[in-house]
Amino acid sequence: MRNVYVLGTGMIKFGRYPDKSVPELGSEAALIALKDAGVTIQDVELFASGNLFQSNAMIGQRILQQIGQTGIPVVNVSNACATGSTAFREAYMAVASGMYDITMAVGVEQMGKQGLLGGGGGGSDPAYATEERLGSGLMPAVFGQAGMEHMRKYGTTLEHFAKISVKSHKHATRNPFSQYRNEVTLEDVLNARMVAFPNTLYMCCPTGDGAAAAILVSEDKLKQYAAGRKRARVAASVLTSDPYTERDLTLPDVSTLTRRAAKKAYEIAGIGPQDVSLTELHDCFATAELVHYENLGLCGDGEAGKFIDQGGGMHPGLGGKSPVNVSGGLLSKGHPLGATGVANICEVVWHLTEDDRAKERLVPNAKVGMAHVIGLGSACTIHLLTV
Amino acid sequence: MAEQSKTESTEQPGKRPILPFLKLEPTPHLVGSKCGKCGAVYLDLKRMACSKCGATNQFTQIPLSNKGNVWVFSVIHQSFPGIKTPYVTAIVDLPEGVSVKSNLVDIDPDELQKNPQQAFGMPVEMVANVVSKDRQGNEVVAFQYRPSKN
Repeated sequence: MRNVYVLGTGMIKFGRYPDKSVPELGSEAALIALKDAGVTIQDVELFASGNLFQSNAMIGQRILQQIGQTGIPVVNVSNACATGSTAFREAYMAVASGMYDITMAVGVEQMGKQGLLGGGGGGSDPAYATEERLGSGLMPAVFGQAGMEHMRKYGTTLEHFAKISVKSHKHATRNPFSQYRNEVTLEDVLNARMVAFPNTLYMCCPTGDGAAAAILVSEDKLKQYAAGRKRARVAASVLTSDPYTERDLTLPDVSTLTRRAAKKAYEIAGIGPQDVSLTELHDCFATAELVHYENLGLCGDGEAGKFIDQGGGMHPGLGGKSPVNVSGGLLSKGHPLGATGVANICEVVWHLTEDDRAKERLVPNAKVGMAHVIGLGSACTIHLLTV
Repeated sequence: MAEQSKTESTEQPGKRPILPFLKLEPTPHLVGSKCGKCGAVYLDLKRMACSKCGATNQFTQIPLSNKGNVWVFSVIHQSFPGIKTPYVTAIVDLPEGVSVKSNLVDIDPDELQKNPQQAFGMPVEMVANVVSKDRQGNEVVAFQYRPSKN
């Protein structure tokens, strides 16, 4: 496998764009990435598009119809919340394999005010719908229960989960790309409307629209196009699915596949969690972020509560250590499903390359960054990037 | 046309299980598919292969216990339009080595939230409740769990 580098990145501010189409949002991010990379669409040899809700609508081709129809191979990827990061991985593998030298991945989603996801069942007759009659398939409940497992095993408290939300909201105030940029106090989080115990409103990510793009190149092309510019290398790209575990079919197990992906990613990159300067992980809910601290090895098993109490996850500029989701995370930055996986790679790259787009929240001397995504059902991606 | 619909409707509306692995006769109970090779149990009665070991065509249908223990729960306060909240969702472990998801009933959601530790491992028993009526007029029965009486 060849070395692969991120030559350029593009992202639009996450939010709500009711007057724009999915291809338009994706095209905006793609054009920013091309400009950032210093290449044109004519240079791109393969295009991977990640979009979930219109996955049968050839979004990749429709983006190229906006920005340049060069006839290159296009793959349209759908992999739940890991859609964008799986598209990035397709573009990565195309270069790593030696088949292509310059590829592009775009993740894009338009959700609007979609509200709750998950639940349902019942087929054509609503009399057989299962929500409320056979428990809940709603995402806040599923991830609430993932947090409850941690509470059961280790005595984790509501305050621990709530502190994560406080931390990520604080981070978001310094990210102009974030959908929400308001600070919240511990009391605000704990007293907010309960959505699905223990997740209150501020412990749940919003729905919204967004797009992000990345351009990946081989070492030769890096030398040609990036002369004098700091660029990040993809040190590991891992994708896992959920292995058999006894409860997985009734309560999706978001931990085992994350642990496997992390172990493999560290092995491939030849590093350990202690070497990671910053992490963007899949905090669709505050409860999810807490269990992933342990799944990714940022702290030991059963130590996530202590980790949080001691400033773990907080930006070093705010007195913390092992910074997690300095972008504001899904909780504040937003979670347009297909865009998320590419956006968190953009965030990591910006810190590693000291990009102006992260200047208000730069993690100093960042050498290794981790981007983690979970798509329920389940798919997990981990990308390690280095400079 | 009128005559045809008459012959179709000779079957009297009755009770129907909400999912195939709930059996209503002789008394309501759940059934599972057990892998003859590794022993993994599934709630899916039409399995082609075992997702734990890969064995094919080795499944036997087994009755599942009506008693189990709560693994974890959540209390839902925001749901789809028209659904009354709050309700308690729980993962219940059955002694046969399979888990089911359903509602916890006959329990105070507020009390559970105040003291969540009480729910972990709580012994529960299955109850079959009519939850809706389908287009053919059948009563739809769901399985739910309540704290064990004994």
